Amino acid sequence: MKFKPLVSLAGAVAVVGSLLAAGTASAEDKVGFVYVGPVGDHGWTYRHDIGRQAVQNALGDKVKTTFVESVKEGPDSERVIRQMAAQGHKIIFTTSFGFMNPTLKVAKQFPNVKFEHATGYKRSKNVSTYSGRFYEGRYVIGKIAGKMTKSNVIGYVGSFPIPEVVRGINAVALAAKSVNPNIQIKVAWVNTWYDPGKEGDAAKALIDQGADIILQHTDSPAPLQVAESRGVWAVGQASDMHHFAPKAQLTAIIDNWDKYYVERTKAALDGSWKSGDTWAGLKSGMVELSKYNEAIPADVVKLAEETRKGIIDGSIKPFAGPFNKQDGTEAVAAGKELDDGALLGMDWYVEGVQGKLPK
Amino acid sequence: MSEFDWIVPVILTVITAATPLVFAGIGELVTEKSGVLNLGVEGMMVVGAVAAFVTATLTQNYFLAVAVAALAGAFMAFLFGILTLSLMANQVATGLALTLFGVGLSALIGQDFVGTPVDAIAKLDIPVLTDLPVIGPILFGQDPLVYLSLVMVAGVSWFLYRTKAGLVLRAVGDSHDAAHSIGYSVIGIRYLAVMFGGAMSGIGGAYLSLAYTPMWAENMTAGRGWIALALIVFATWKPGLVLVGAYMFGGITILQLHAQAAGLDLPSQILSMLPYLATVIVLVLISKDESRIRKHAPACIGKIFHPAA
Repeated sequence: MKFKPLVSLAGAVAVVGSLLAAGTASAEDKVGFVYVGPVGDHGWTYRHDIGRQAVQNALGDKVKTTFVESVKEGPDSERVIRQMAAQGHKIIFTTSFGFMNPTLKVAKQFPNVKFEHATGYKRSKNVSTYSGRFYEGRYVIGKIAGKMTKSNVIGYVGSFPIPEVVRGINAVALAAKSVNPNIQIKVAWVNTWYDPGKEGDAAKALIDQGADIILQHTDSPAPLQVAESRGVWAVGQASDMHHFAPKAQLTAIIDNWDKYYVERTKAALDGSWKSGDTWAGLKSGMVELSKYNEAIPADVVKLAEETRKGIIDGSIKPFAGPFNKQDGTEAVAAGKELDDGALLGMDWYVEGVQGKLPK
Repeated sequence: MSEFDWIVPVILTVITAATPLVFAGIGELVTEKSGVLNLGVEGMMVVGAVAAFVTATLTQNYFLAVAVAALAGAFMAFLFGILTLSLMANQVATGLALTLFGVGLSALIGQDFVGTPVDAIAKLDIPVLTDLPVIGPILFGQDPLVYLSLVMVAGVSWFLYRTKAGLVLRAVGDSHDAAHSIGYSVIGIRYLAVMFGGAMSGIGGAYLSLAYTPMWAENMTAGRGWIALALIVFATWKPGLVLVGAYMFGGITILQLHAQAAGLDLPSQILSMLPYLATVIVLVLISKDESRIRKHAPACIGKIFHPAA
């Protein structure tokens, strides 16, 4: 369509512009961050930028952190990452799934620069991957949602049907079903990470179809705001969004990258950095839950806390059997659980999720 | 009425989804009719959104907020005018730059306002009328901006085709040399048209931050300015068709979300594509008559006017 090339051209110009701005070098070691959204999205990118600030605060004038925001996934991101590497950044964090191949490509050309790619699965000598086990947080939320719903319909605003998102939906479904066998999960995919208007519209559609709890795997607080105005429950995504929905937010999943970013940056600077994969959850603090809404009854809070602590001490495994796939066939037998490989490639729904998973 | 219970909320959502496109589209249509292509719609919208939000937060006065949004959009358009009309810069490049500038500027202005929600703009509430089943909330229960958007479409249509000033504006867009030779101020008229377009884009942005999703988030227009631009082309520069296109686009966007939530067995990627596809196809079919396209498309669009020539 007519506007598509213009948008990418605009993106390219933006990239060049911001890099020129970031290009004033000094003696400190430079640490770079590439963001998919604006730092003011109040969600995903916002939390990564909090992590960047933590690095800056922890290492003070030893480092200079720079970032480029709103980088489109795809060729644009490769340009940004290459430019950062060429400018002498010691370590570069690329914080969206779609930056995976561009990161690896650039990493090959700059063997001395360390790369950290969030939520990906491809690694190399100088590319590490890291992600949060957000599904652990979502499992806790599923327990709360299963108890709090009156209509037995949970609405889920999805971004893209990738394993990361599907895993979250399944975790919620398993947890909710364990406390409420009649539960249904309805999913509306918006095919974007960030479009407040569309995310809000999806939430409205789900509420109109009977959902009284709105969960989301998109980055803006719009779905919560819709939940607030329609008088249903919602859960914040990536950061505490209770400002937008003081009554509606049950709790929020918080991504906390601070510790990881500081550790990895230190390692890159003192030479101890090694390529690896980090997938950490509630236990490490990379995934946190915000304060529970005071409207949640005490017994539900107790259940949620028991679940959270159980996941931390390992006594509760969200994807432990027995449970079924959507079509009723057995997915995991009793006494078994899904391993990380199966979780990372998850492309099927569990029982209780409505609709067909787009492939 | 229980059978049709779902229809009312769907239509209400469609109206909110379409209104920002109507504002931006109808404004840019006037700009383009005068022979100027301003690709900065997205930038003017997002500046309008932040201007309205900041004003509403600080003063609680929504009328003022919308007015400030219109002024902010018009000011952005004025900058575009200086560059392209007075300094004769390339319109395409300048428009793109205006969008980038607008996105950055709005982020800067809105920095301290991220995460502060405002109340949505109040909706009309007429006793008895608004309480009527089905048509009550749809016809008499909208916020004032929705009515304004419809009035603007009718007004622009009337202005362009029923007034002398509108005829002059179209003449400037079709042949600036001819208009110039009979004594019309091409540059002056284009400034006014460009600023009107900016003001409308600004109000479209205000609708996003005050009514659609009453909050400020960076880049919250998320490409709606570009959709408005494309709508004009596919609507072959006719005000009524811009309205049809905007409502079709909004309508199918909302319906496909409902279809998904209802568990319809269609890939969501195809459903997401539908609004674009259907809107383009319908508008192309409506206006496939080539002579009519030529009649409505401004012949001088994007061309720089040199008064001396």
